Amino acid sequence: MNRNLQTKCIGFGIKFLLGACASFTVATTIGIVVVLFSETSEFFSQVPLFDFLFGLSWEPLLEPKSFGVLPLVSGTLLIMLGSGLIAIPIGLLTAVYLSEYAKHRTRAFIKPILEILAGIPTIVYGYFALTFITPMLKQIIPSIDVFNALSGAIVVGIMILPMVSSLCDDAFSGVPKSLKMGGYALGATSFEVICQIIMPASASRILAAFILALSRAIGETMAVTLAAGATPHFTLNPLESIQTMTAYIVQVSLGDTPAGGIEYLTCFAVASLLFFITLVMNILGQRIIHGIGKKGGQNS
Amino acid sequence: MNKIKRRKRTEKIFLWASRLLSWSTILILVVLMAHILIEGTHYLSAGFLNNFPSRFAAKAGMKAGIWGSFWLMVMTTLISVPVGIASALFLEEYGIKGKIGKIIEVNVSNLAGVPSIVYGLLGLTVFVRYADFDRSLLSGALTLSLLILPVIIVASREAIKAVPNTIRYAAYALGAHKHQVIFGHVLPVALAGILTGVILALSRAIGETAPLIIIGALAYVSFTPESPMDEFSVMPIQIYNWAGRPKAEFHQLAASGIIVLLCLMLTMNLIAVIIRHKSSKRMNL
Repeated sequence: MNRNLQTKCIGFGIKFLLGACASFTVATTIGIVVVLFSETSEFFSQVPLFDFLFGLSWEPLLEPKSFGVLPLVSGTLLIMLGSGLIAIPIGLLTAVYLSEYAKHRTRAFIKPILEILAGIPTIVYGYFALTFITPMLKQIIPSIDVFNALSGAIVVGIMILPMVSSLCDDAFSGVPKSLKMGGYALGATSFEVICQIIMPASASRILAAFILALSRAIGETMAVTLAAGATPHFTLNPLESIQTMTAYIVQVSLGDTPAGGIEYLTCFAVASLLFFITLVMNILGQRIIHGIGKKGGQNS
Repeated sequence: MNKIKRRKRTEKIFLWASRLLSWSTILILVVLMAHILIEGTHYLSAGFLNNFPSRFAAKAGMKAGIWGSFWLMVMTTLISVPVGIASALFLEEYGIKGKIGKIIEVNVSNLAGVPSIVYGLLGLTVFVRYADFDRSLLSGALTLSLLILPVIIVASREAIKAVPNTIRYAAYALGAHKHQVIFGHVLPVALAGILTGVILALSRAIGETAPLIIIGALAYVSFTPESPMDEFSVMPIQIYNWAGRPKAEFHQLAASGIIVLLCLMLTMNLIAVIIRHKSSKRMNL
C-alpha cells in the first residue's frame, strides 16, 4: 500500500515536471510580447505613432533623424511580391505535377530535392544571390544596382518554393478521389480536372499555403541583408537598392549602438511591426487550414 | 473534332509546363551547388579548418567558427532536447484534452512561424541584458533553444503519436502506472522518430545566422571557446562576414565556408536517414 502511494507521488511529480516544460513555450510567447511591447512603448514615448507609420523617410542613424517606417515596409513588400511571383507559380505547378502527373519514381526523386532546397541555410542563398544572380542580372539589365531588390526576391522565392509546393501537395491530397474520378468519367482531360475540380475544391488551402509562405518571405533576414542592400528607399522599383525591416534590425545590431538609445529602440518598433504582420498572416493561414479540416470531417 | 484537338493541345502544353517547372527545381539545386563548389575549392585546405580569421584571404580560416558552432550545438542540444521531448510527452500523453493543452498547442504552432530575428531580440533583452549572460555561448544556446523548441515538439509529437496503443494497453494491463508506461514503453519505442526530428531541428539551428548576430556573436574571434560564458563566433557569421566584403577572394572564402557548413549539415541529415531506416526495419520485425 505504501509503495503504491509512493509510485503515485512520483507519477504526480513527473506530470508536473513535464507540464512545466510544456509551459516553457507559453513563457516564450509571453516573453516575446512583453519585450517587444515594453521597448516599443518606450520608442513611442519619443516618436509619435503617426510619424512612424506614415512617414516617408527612414533615417534613424543620421541627423536629422526621421522615423517613417514606410520605406522599410515598401522594401519588405517588394521582396514579398517578387518572391511570391516566383515561388507561387513554380510551387503550385510543381505540386500539380507531383500529385497528378508524376510517376512514383519521379516523385520520389523530386520530393527530396525540394526538401534539400528547404534545408539550405538562408546565408547560403544570400551568398548565391550576391555572387551569382546579381552578376547574371547585371548582364541582362546593365543599369541595375549592385545591391537590388530583384536579386533578393529571386532567392527568397527559391527559398519559399518548397514550402508552397509541399503545402499545395497536401491540399491536393485532401481532395476526395471520387470527385476527380467523376471528372474523368465525364471525359475531362487532366488539365480540366485540375483547373475545374481539384483547384476549386482545394482553393482555400492553396490560399493558406500562399499566405504562410509569404509570411515566411517577410521574416526572411540574411538573404535580403546580403543581396538587397541597406538603403531604405520608398520605392517599388526592383532594380534599386532597398532595405527590408529584417535587414535594418541586422544593420543596427552590427553597429555599436548603446542600449536604450533611440536607434536601439527603433529595432524593437520595427520588430513589433514585423511580428504583428507575420502573426496575423500565420493565424489567418492556420485558421483556413483548420477550418477546412473540420468541415471535411463533418462531411465524411 | 476541332475542339477536341484544342483541348488535347492545352492539356499537352500544361503537362509540359508543369513538368518543366518541376524539373527546374533540380536545375536550381545543381547550379547552386556547382557555383559554390567552383568558387569554394580554391581556399579549401587543412589550413582553412585550422586558422583563425585574418585580413589576408590566404591565411584566413574558420577554426573559431567551427568550434563555436560545435559548442553552440552541444549546448543547444542539452537545453532544447529534454525540454522539447518533455513538452511533447505532456501534450500527447497528459494534456491534450484540457484547456491548457489546447492553449499550448495553438501557441506552439504560432511560435513556429515567428521570424527568427524576433527570437534574436528576445535573447538580446532577456539573456544578454536582463540575465547578464553577456554575449556568451550560453546566451546563444538559450536563444537557439527557444527557436528550435517548436520544431522539436512538433516532430516528437508525431513520433509519439505513431506508437501503437496496444503497447500502452499491454503495459497498463500488467498494472503499470501512467509514468511507468510513458518512460518504460512509449518513449523507448518513439525514441528513433524523436531523434530524427531532433537532428533535423539541429541542422536548421546550425545554419541560423540572424538571431546570433542580434545577440552579438562576433565575426572576429581568434580563440576557441573554453567555457559556456566565453564569447564566440559561428560558421554562418563568418560566411556572412566574408560574403559581405567587396573583394572577390573573400567571396571565395565564403564559398569554402559554405562547403564546410553544408558538409556538416549533410552528415547530420545522413545520420537522421540511417536512424529512420534502422528503426523502421526494427518495427517491421
